Amino acid sequence: MGLTRRTFVKAGTAGVGGAVALGFDLKEARAEMRAFKISRTTETRSTCPYCAVSCGVIIHTLGDKAKNATPSVVHVEGDPDHPINRGTLCPKGSTLRDDINNPNRLTSPKVRRPGSDKWEDISWDAAIAGIAKHIKETRDKCFVEKNAKGQVVNRNPGMAMIGGCTDTNEFNFLQWKFITALGVPYRDSQARV
Amino acid sequence: MSVHSLEIRRSSASLLGGATGMRALPDVAKYVDTSTCIGCKACEVACQEWNDLAPVATHQVGTYQTLPTLDAGFWNLIRFDEREVDGGLKWLMRKDQCMHCAEPGCLEACPAPGAIVQYANGIVDVNPDNCIGCGYCETGCPFDVPRFSAKTGKMAKCTLCVDRVSVGLEPACIKACPTGCLHFGTKEDMVALGSARVAQLKANGFPQAALYDPQGVGGTGVVTVLGFGDHPEWYGLAANPHVPLGVKLWKNILRPIGLIAIFGALIGTVGHYFTYGKKEYREEA
Repeated sequence: MGLTRRTFVKAGTAGVGGAVALGFDLKEARAEMRAFKISRTTETRSTCPYCAVSCGVIIHTLGDKAKNATPSVVHVEGDPDHPINRGTLCPKGSTLRDDINNPNRLTSPKVRRPGSDKWEDISWDAAIAGIAKHIKETRDKCFVEKNAKGQVVNRNPGMAMIGGCTDTNEFNFLQWKFITALGVPYRDSQARV
Repeated sequence: MSVHSLEIRRSSASLLGGATGMRALPDVAKYVDTSTCIGCKACEVACQEWNDLAPVATHQVGTYQTLPTLDAGFWNLIRFDEREVDGGLKWLMRKDQCMHCAEPGCLEACPAPGAIVQYANGIVDVNPDNCIGCGYCETGCPFDVPRFSAKTGKMAKCTLCVDRVSVGLEPACIKACPTGCLHFGTKEDMVALGSARVAQLKANGFPQAALYDPQGVGGTGVVTVLGFGDHPEWYGLAANPHVPLGVKLWKNILRPIGLIAIFGALIGTVGHYFTYGKKEYREEA
């Protein structure tokens, strides 16, 4: 095809004219704004698992819990209604989404049997039954009813209890009652940073 | 898309784009109190998480600073500046991010229509759909903020979480801040908060404290309380930032002249055609 200088100039003029007539329309730019990524996520209140400050967090999960939707955590941020942190989080707590989605995250109880050098997965039922059995055995073996002076003490010094950091006040109260009922004198919590 | 409520006040390389002004929308601003920042970097992480930015490899340069400078994938950096003042060490922390200027140099320098926009509430944002990745906004920015992303071929910077703000939430960094050194609200309220804090600092051993809201760029959408307000450069801030003269010359003088020349030539050509008609060729022997 032969493109003469004349046709080229004509086409060019038409092109510029067209561009001027149609203009740089900003309608497109107006419509293109950033979407709010958590507008319809499912919100779940939880407690940050790191330190003993126990900040409240809201976990945003994909989907509305419909049967056909597989939920996954898309965002975590501070719970503004939580009295401890009132929406704020530290840098570590701010990364919770990555902690939850971490492929190396522990998702089941594990046990290392006596003499073994490996951790093996067990079910929650098996774990709770196992712990109960050990508690009973230890208590039966170590129970001290009376001290050297003959006073009734009902101690169980063969065990110790350490509270976790995501435990709420109410849960800690129950834990304390439970462990007192077992006579365990050695108790600690993670109530420090 | 859930966010259509914000009008565009100004748009790069375009005469169009003015908001109608029908709705009186107040300017929003961040408040940064450098005197109560503890350098915990919660704001950095919250920014990365909200904006789904992948981790950027850090490298140790002798300070606690996460990166030497901002990155296309890291929009909010706490600077850790060490300074000897009166024989004692001062550890100065400042939130380095887009300042959301009222008269943005980036927007002025940008040649791509609609690539940098200022919304009706004062937030300055890069629209990646229109960005051509030329990097001119870098030259226009008095705070050295926009960064080129080799991955996307576009510029990137803090959006002041326009997606959150336009649905009525505070930006992610502000929400996370555990010491409360960051606040968010209308520009007016943040200036009032900053002025009160400056008065408090002045009465408590920081006579040189000042509010950093430089008027050279029409004021900024990030209002910063500086303990050493007489030395903003200690915090990596220019004392009197303004849009570079070159950008102003180019955009306000050269560009209009160029446009007049182009359209003048076009009108002249068409006018010539109608006045004198087609060019007649003479066959040469």
